[in-house]
Amino acid sequence: MLLTIRSLTKTFPGTKALDGVRFDLRAGEVHALLGENGAGKSTLIKCLTGAYRPDAGEIRLDGQPIAPRSTSEAQELGIGTVYQEVNLLPNLTVAQNLCFGREPRRFGMVSSREMKRMAQDMLSGYGIDVDVSRDLGTYSVAIQQIVAIARAVALSGKVLILDEPTASLDAREVEMLFDVVRGLRDRGLGIVFVTHFLDQVFALSDRITVLRNGCHIVTEDTAALDRVRLIEHMLGRALEDEVEHRAVDHGVAGPVKPEMLAFDAMSRRGVVEPFDLRIAKGEVVGLAGLLGSGRTESAELLFGIRGTTTGTARDEVGPVRIDSPRAAIAAGFGFAPEDRKTDGIVADLSIRENIALALQARRGWARPVSRTEQARLAETYIKRLDIRTSDAEKAVGELSGGNQQKVVLARWLAMNPRFLILDEPTRGIDVGAHAEILRLIHELTAEGMSLLVISSELDELIAVSDRVIVVRDRAHVAELTGADVTTETVVRAIADHGREEVA
Amino acid sequence: MSFALPPVLRRVAPQVVTLVAVCVLVTLFFPGFLDLRLSDGRLVGPVIDIVKRSAPVALLAIGMTLVIATKGIDLSVGTTMAITGAVAAWCLDSGLGVGPAVALAIATGLVCGLWNGGLVAIIGIQPIVATLILMTAGRGIAQLITEGRILTFNDAGFAWFGSGAILGVPVPAVIWVVTGVALALLMRRTALGLLVEAIGVNRRASAIAGVNATVLLIAVYVASGLCAAFAGIITTADIRGADANNAGLWLELDAILAVVIGGNSLLGGRFSIAASILGALIIQTIDTGILLAGFPSEYNLVIKAALVVIILVLQSPQFMAEVFFWRRFGRKNLAPDTVKEDAR
Repeated sequence: MLLTIRSLTKTFPGTKALDGVRFDLRAGEVHALLGENGAGKSTLIKCLTGAYRPDAGEIRLDGQPIAPRSTSEAQELGIGTVYQEVNLLPNLTVAQNLCFGREPRRFGMVSSREMKRMAQDMLSGYGIDVDVSRDLGTYSVAIQQIVAIARAVALSGKVLILDEPTASLDAREVEMLFDVVRGLRDRGLGIVFVTHFLDQVFALSDRITVLRNGCHIVTEDTAALDRVRLIEHMLGRALEDEVEHRAVDHGVAGPVKPEMLAFDAMSRRGVVEPFDLRIAKGEVVGLAGLLGSGRTESAELLFGIRGTTTGTARDEVGPVRIDSPRAAIAAGFGFAPEDRKTDGIVADLSIRENIALALQARRGWARPVSRTEQARLAETYIKRLDIRTSDAEKAVGELSGGNQQKVVLARWLAMNPRFLILDEPTRGIDVGAHAEILRLIHELTAEGMSLLVISSELDELIAVSDRVIVVRDRAHVAELTGADVTTETVVRAIADHGREEVA
Repeated sequence: MSFALPPVLRRVAPQVVTLVAVCVLVTLFFPGFLDLRLSDGRLVGPVIDIVKRSAPVALLAIGMTLVIATKGIDLSVGTTMAITGAVAAWCLDSGLGVGPAVALAIATGLVCGLWNGGLVAIIGIQPIVATLILMTAGRGIAQLITEGRILTFNDAGFAWFGSGAILGVPVPAVIWVVTGVALALLMRRTALGLLVEAIGVNRRASAIAGVNATVLLIAVYVASGLCAAFAGIITTADIRGADANNAGLWLELDAILAVVIGGNSLLGGRFSIAASILGALIIQTIDTGILLAGFPSEYNLVIKAALVVIILVLQSPQFMAEVFFWRRFGRKNLAPDTVKEDAR
């Protein structure tokens, strides 16, 4: 056994993040570490990498007890980590990044020729074609990810922890990364793989360990587990239906919903080609397309985050001004952004304050939302959205990703908007929260709220949308309604190269 | 360890403890430190002297707290003091009277704040660079107003702002107390405090949530400019003259130090005006204390620096975490059972 963890316990004020957890890692295996948000995966990894000191328990590497006190100490012991956000310096060259901290020296000076050779050595066997003297930032995230892996392997070389490495990669890049990981496994490394994508778990891992509420639930061979059982382990309850699929019956045309908002010829030069959009009351419009196709940018035009070159918006009454987020909010819009860390949450403020923020901003500074009112709002939405937290005064930055997303949602629900834009509402969220958010979407539309949902997960998008608009190369290229809304038609529209202009 | 203190008091507790400790330290060297008596209807004594003298830094620290809460910094406040002082002196010199002198000085502070706020919020220049412009150029402007000399005046009415007293309390002290209380109440009784903290932590997310970040940013620089104007008026009134070269010189750094001693993060977010004011009092107590204790004046800056380092180290969460860790570690070796009790 390469790595053994026994009865590891870590307590934070108000929560027991890890409770007597055990975990084994063999040399030459990919071991998936799974669990809902807040199950304790991150805490376990942070204990391994020395970011946290466990309260109790034992970690043994090659049979020797270890207690890393810092990331660098963990690295020296042989435990390397690669995170979702690449922890390298994009403004240095690939070679400088690879050799950072142990540059080859000649007469006391860094020898760049030697460094290049060293870097090429480190990257050999990864099957990527990279000019090590170019800046790291000029390469795609996938390449940067692999460079980070190469660095971690060269520095540590026993255990490699991959924390959500694929979250911002497309399918082809994921495959490339997996090849690299399989290669390392065959070289005898022990690899811990953390992800929310269950398909990838089954594609890559040899064994699976599930954590729930800080406890070890099960460790099994991947071959012996099926998807439904795995999800049941993660959720701790039997699953009626994985995601409430087919909740929207596309075959039957329901009563025609009254049109509520109409956007005409919205565009921004160089960002999004002109597009029209009609939204009916209580309707869910899906926006499908690849990353960078102009999905998020379209949403940002609609919410006034980016200025428009052309375009008008009107509702039943008359023109609507949406030239800034403030104006859009005044018009009854809401926007839960894709990148919740930079655009959504205000990390240092409490859950209560984050939920009240938009409401407060609309009311103006002179009319504060009273403390009791804020507390009541927080109370309501913590319960309704099942935000997992010890209390409402906790800083949002300390919550797990899925719970942060729920706080941003709560902020907008508290405003009771008529039109809510959800950009990747389920990205980086575990299965449980996933289903909850989809259920919430149904609830909201039943109450008459209109939604624009952007998502990379087509199954999910199709499950919730009445209508799907396909975006490709910065233009809205197709609109699918009724029975046409299937994964196959959407994929074909995304992939289609004959550009029939719809907009 | 945990007293049931109200949150506000718990926030300023380290600063209060520090201030008391510094006072005790000074009293050890200079036993008459806490003497207080009434002379000609005024309170006099070293403590009153400190409260009066800390006025400029306390006022600057009040405005600086808000600016720093937005993740900004205002280097121009010392210079703004010089400009407003020069404007006031010029008014008196030209025979405009006390009212217009004060009004114009305050208006000048407002304009300085608008300039900084505009550069930061609208044009998007980094605060340290944006305010550096006024910091350097402003002294020149002040010199142009005073025509390069020290502009003195003889106006008892205006001098009252520097040396007068209300109910025995020096006017400068009254001004900073009133300004501090007023701004603190404005921040906490309205939603301004929350909104300022929100844009300080994450301006983009706040703007998407509908917070008018641009206007708020300009407002905090204006508040800082106004506080600097009050400080400028007090200093000018105190010496009955405007010295464009030396008025408020380096005081922006003392103000920033006061904010930091007050435990406010330079990275923005949560802020406490009361704690910054306590920071200003701590600095002034050290300054005055060193003189009273009878150290040769050449030791002043070194002793002050040493004390500041000690205070900041004691306040550092990292340092305290380390101390707690070692204490627990030590106890773990003695009696493993008690540690488990503590962990809960």
